[in-house]
Amino acid sequence: MTSQPTTQQTSTPPDRATAPLPHDENVPTPARRRWLMLAGGFALVVLLACLPLLAISLPGVLPGPTYTPGTLQVLALALLVGALALSYHLLFGVAGLLSFGHALYFAVGVYGLAIVLDRTDLPLLPAACVVLVGGIVVAHVVGAISLRVTGISFAMVTLAFAQAGNVLVRRNPAGATGGEEGLALDTTHVPDALVGVMNTRNLYWLALVVLVVVYAVVLWVERSRAGHVAAATRENEMRVRVVGGRPYLVKLLVFVVAATLATAVGMAYLLLQSGAVPRVTSADFTLTLLVMVVLGGVGSRWGAVVGGVLYTLLDQRLGALAASEAIAGLPSVLRVPLSEPLFILGTLFILVVLFLPGGIAGAAQRLSHRRRREGARDLMEESA
Amino acid sequence: MSTIVLLLITGLGLGALYFLVASGLSLIYGLMGVLNFAHGSFLTLGAFAGWEVARRLGADSWGIFGLALVVGAAVGAAFAALTELLLVRRLYERHIEQVLVTVGLALATVALFEGTWGSDPEFIEGPAWLRSTTDVAGAPIPNDRFLAIGAAVLVLVGIVLFLRYTRFGLIIRAGVENRAMVTALGIDVRKAFTLVFAVGGAAAGLGGVLASQYFGYVSPHLGAHLLIFAFIVTVIGGLGSLTGAAVAAVLVAVLQQFANYYWGVGDLVVVLLLALVLLVRPSGLLGRSA
Amino acid sequence: MTEPILRVRNLRATVAGQQVVEDVTFDVPATGVTAVLGRNGVGKTSTLKALLGLYDRTGEVTLAGERIDRLSTDRIVRRGVGYVPEDREVFAGLTVAENLRLAERDASPRRELVADLFPDLVKRSAQRAGTLSGGQQQMVSLARALLNDNRLLLVDEPTKGLAPKIVTEVATALAEAAASAPVLLVEQNLEVISRLATTVVVIDAGRVVHTGDAAELLDDPDRIQRLLGVHTSENAA
Repeated sequence: MTSQPTTQQTSTPPDRATAPLPHDENVPTPARRRWLMLAGGFALVVLLACLPLLAISLPGVLPGPTYTPGTLQVLALALLVGALALSYHLLFGVAGLLSFGHALYFAVGVYGLAIVLDRTDLPLLPAACVVLVGGIVVAHVVGAISLRVTGISFAMVTLAFAQAGNVLVRRNPAGATGGEEGLALDTTHVPDALVGVMNTRNLYWLALVVLVVVYAVVLWVERSRAGHVAAATRENEMRVRVVGGRPYLVKLLVFVVAATLATAVGMAYLLLQSGAVPRVTSADFTLTLLVMVVLGGVGSRWGAVVGGVLYTLLDQRLGALAASEAIAGLPSVLRVPLSEPLFILGTLFILVVLFLPGGIAGAAQRLSHRRRREGARDLMEESA
Repeated sequence: MSTIVLLLITGLGLGALYFLVASGLSLIYGLMGVLNFAHGSFLTLGAFAGWEVARRLGADSWGIFGLALVVGAAVGAAFAALTELLLVRRLYERHIEQVLVTVGLALATVALFEGTWGSDPEFIEGPAWLRSTTDVAGAPIPNDRFLAIGAAVLVLVGIVLFLRYTRFGLIIRAGVENRAMVTALGIDVRKAFTLVFAVGGAAAGLGGVLASQYFGYVSPHLGAHLLIFAFIVTVIGGLGSLTGAAVAAVLVAVLQQFANYYWGVGDLVVVLLLALVLLVRPSGLLGRSA
Repeated sequence: MTEPILRVRNLRATVAGQQVVEDVTFDVPATGVTAVLGRNGVGKTSTLKALLGLYDRTGEVTLAGERIDRLSTDRIVRRGVGYVPEDREVFAGLTVAENLRLAERDASPRRELVADLFPDLVKRSAQRAGTLSGGQQQMVSLARALLNDNRLLLVDEPTKGLAPKIVTEVATALAEAAASAPVLLVEQNLEVISRLATTVVVIDAGRVVHTGDAAELLDDPDRIQRLLGVHTSENAA
């Protein structure tokens, strides 16, 4: 029974018939592998940071060379969505909390900052602090109530609260949210370096910083005592309670941290998109987050980021594909489905759930396991 | 007084729609532990099927409208049964994955509906009687409300009779209590799974045709809109309880109508009600306390 | 020796990643009552559930020559395995009659036999099973298994928590049942065991530590003490 959203652990009992494999010098030890991963991650961040200074073209994936504002805009969006997916990973992958309302806290960041900048004279940083505190408060209240129930009920309750946020935004109370039209970013108190097409690369770097910070916080929480208790609670809440753990408080803590991260990402998103639209408050938006995390592989940090980035790029490119000549010429049986990016993404998602348990991260892990095992076997044969 | 009557009956009509969606959700959850996100799509497809029937054969005759209701229910049932057979069944007993698959299906089908019928609402026609009103205690009540209420009551009675007097009904009632023990009596409970999906899909498809009359349009988002309130209704009523769903549907919809009329905050009041119920009774009004 | 009705080889079972049965091997003879004994929590109930496929399991299980370890629970039961679970597991919201009707598998269920064994249930057929006493619920649970013609009965702690008078009634019903089909019985009550059991299988820490003739073991209090950690005198109730 794998009712918990864990990465698909291979639960076959250890085969006692086969002798343990001899230790292989070429297979990195865990410590060595961690160093390699760290170095690789660092190199990747440096590479990403240099992209605006380079002219790399990936036709079909990116709209133009990497230094152009259009491409940087898409990449920055992908990084932010990756960061948001990472915050959802903390909730779902680590604590096993299937929330259908995570968009709410993202929306608090997007709309909160837009409203504060619009209605007050606060400069960007103090305004951001106010919004962050607001996000923490909202997350506390909603989390405290919805964590009274578990499992599917929890999912529905978080959904209901997010829906209330959605209704509130659409209703446009006192003209604050702009209703269906959305709200444009008031740039009066935003530093010039973060405004305008010419400064897209600054926004790109901001997005990269946000992603790295979110990653660090998520890593820190996962490695902390609370993170371990949260993971244990996901596996078996009863047992945690029996040994004197307080699952409710730990889950609330994880819930609030994940929500706060989403709020922070939301604020960067507002700056990047220079406006807020009601779509970010919708249930569909949370569902797409879920899609990203599952696509990348539940329980895997980098899987969530990859899922978010991949989803964003696919969404962008499929949109372009839908509008292309090649599609317009097809008979309607093919044209209609192919011109709907969400149809393709939804179908892809179903296929991943059915046939690729563990998502991209799971597939990569199986692949590297197999390679390592084959490497070990080769070594055995050589020595024999 | 007439305002109160109008709000009450309109609320009952809306509650009837909520119930048509929530009954299936609740049965499916009760028996299988699956929260079905694709349920809104069953409703939307039923609504479009009914609309196509009316559009092609003439919208104003009762005969055609009756046919539209039947086609809507049949399409909903077929779509739901296929969903169970092709997607949900493959992930037997893996509840989270089952929910995820229905999420994917909901996303994909709504996009497909948009591609097929466009994302704007299509305004709907029907028998002239449905467009007119009947006076009840001085309040002019749109007739489609009565139709929705009547249909929901019939569906409720029908499902109750089915559950009480058929062998499948017996299996479903027993399965909601203790699925493992049902299989330990030698019964292949998966047949019942397909059946509850089909029954729930039929109710949703029927609800789709009625909802398009109630709101005056069909759109690809009709189902998703109702689904969220149906979720709230099932949680308030108690997951797995059909009577709970009926009671909560009426409660939620009537409250929503009144709050909307007097303060314009119907949707928020519903969420507050949900929060209140969870604080006082986490298992819902008629749910088994677990 | 005739062929055993059930052969169990290296049965292992897991629940939520936890190993609850490790490597259990035993046979159930084609006649009589085979009692599974052992301290609380050693995996007796889990063994029964694993045999029925209610838990994820590996190993080889053969029912009358046919492998059943890959079959789903409902298929195994339809091969002729009756199950009386621990804690009865009657459907509380269903009436007694509905509980029994649900259990009818055969074309001609043995309603008369059940009515003869449990006349009380006939009187209470319209009552909800949840409102019955523990003993009455146990009768419903036994009746569900006895309605059909089974090749093997799996009975899990049928006398647990029952008054002494009811224990006797249940034991009588079990003796009746054993006359028509072999029984694999998990039981703590040594009196019931000594009355019914022909063969014993003792499990400790998820493994079989002793199998043999029932009378032989029951005549040896020291051995019982060692295997089960109980004094026979304590178990008279």
